[in-house]
Amino acid sequence: MLRTWWGRVAALAVAAWPATVMAHRQWMLPSATVLSRADTWVTVDAAVSNELFYFDHVPLRLSGLVITAPDGSTIQPENVSVGRFRSTFDVHLRQPGTYRIASVNETVFATWMEDGEQKSWRGPATAFAKEVPAGAPGLRTARLVSRVETFVTAGKPDHKALEPCGSGLELVAITHPNDLIAGEEATLQLLLNGKPAANLEVTFVPGGIRYRDSLMDWRVTTDADGRFRVVFPHPGMYWMNATVGGPQRGSGAPESRPPRAASNADPPAAAGGGRMFFPGGDRASYTAVLEVMPE
Amino acid sequence: MKTAFECTLALLAGPALAARLEISIELPRMAIAEYHRPYVAIWIEKPDQTVAANLAVWHQLQDNSRGEKGTTWLKDLRMWWRKIGRELTMPVDGVSAATRPAGLHRVRFSGARPPLSRLSPGSYQLVVEAAREMGGREVVRVPFDWPASESQLQKAQGRHELGLVQVQVKP
Repeated sequence: MLRTWWGRVAALAVAAWPATVMAHRQWMLPSATVLSRADTWVTVDAAVSNELFYFDHVPLRLSGLVITAPDGSTIQPENVSVGRFRSTFDVHLRQPGTYRIASVNETVFATWMEDGEQKSWRGPATAFAKEVPAGAPGLRTARLVSRVETFVTAGKPDHKALEPCGSGLELVAITHPNDLIAGEEATLQLLLNGKPAANLEVTFVPGGIRYRDSLMDWRVTTDADGRFRVVFPHPGMYWMNATVGGPQRGSGAPESRPPRAASNADPPAAAGGGRMFFPGGDRASYTAVLEVMPE
Repeated sequence: MKTAFECTLALLAGPALAARLEISIELPRMAIAEYHRPYVAIWIEKPDQTVAANLAVWHQLQDNSRGEKGTTWLKDLRMWWRKIGRELTMPVDGVSAATRPAGLHRVRFSGARPPLSRLSPGSYQLVVEAAREMGGREVVRVPFDWPASESQLQKAQGRHELGLVQVQVKP
């Protein structure tokens, strides 16, 4: 039995998360990322899969879908459908400029004592206050923010829809995500809760896995400002991912972790060979699908 | 204050005013079942590959029978789109023109009128990009000096979407 708080939360987290983050890859793939003009459409496939970008596992749930238009407003998807292997939806690009298509999910894990027994709960952050008694004795929580994104531009790329909101891991596009060219160096930045995510490993995997023997993935590490530079070797669709907190690549099982106190103290930027720990075992994950064009 | 001498020099430097750029572009004939005329963009770049002049874009000007706007496929001229097109509202007077059939096409630009009248003397590249629906895309570059004291001919051979591209600078 997992008797520690961390062990229980970790077990809950593992139960909730592995299908999406640890063993499979989440993604949203637009039919086009560069369009000549406004009043056009894109359609988007959204899935959780092993291979990129094929539908071989489960659809990505769209409950956290947030589409931000170039003027910063939120627009609704159309023709939404959830299939056996993938979800699809259309986006009507009425305005010229850049759209951010994001699936953002904030999940809370909580444990507390009630009548001498340890209770636990997990659910969306919005339901937390309703379902977990406020001020419960021994209440401990961990928050998990998962963000899966892709970007589409009608006409000239702009930045308003890309503004970070300060929650979880987010991309700051110093090089515009719809202006990536094979062989050209791009500079990107990751923020964690609005602050530079320093010393964070970022993984890239090119699409088309099914028709090659090697994954062809590579990793880069963010600098003190959360920035990193990347050169995409070929045109195509790329999957990008970074995760903080929780089990890291090559690390031990979650229960081997030291229990964490649920304090609000600033986390150490990095500990134990680049692993990052956060108060209460918070986690954040960022995933993007980026299209790289030929010159 | 410019002296009369400098003004005379400026006038003499004016061969650019009278110079001409004559471009010939071959669009190859293709023995294929479904042929669509290519979109073609023609522009001038400085040696650092920044844009010096946007000369012409041949694209579908009318909506097609399905009501699709001809501007929809401008982004398929990928290099032109990134460097020039996405900044513009198309069509552009004096730049936009209808697509052309396979064959040899000649276009001329006078040094007396914009954009060439604004081109400072130096080395440039003429860039021609062609993109064809259901077909491929190709970019051909031809270096030239502007202006020229005597007629100057440069050429480059395309391989699939473009044939021979010739650039003649006339004094």
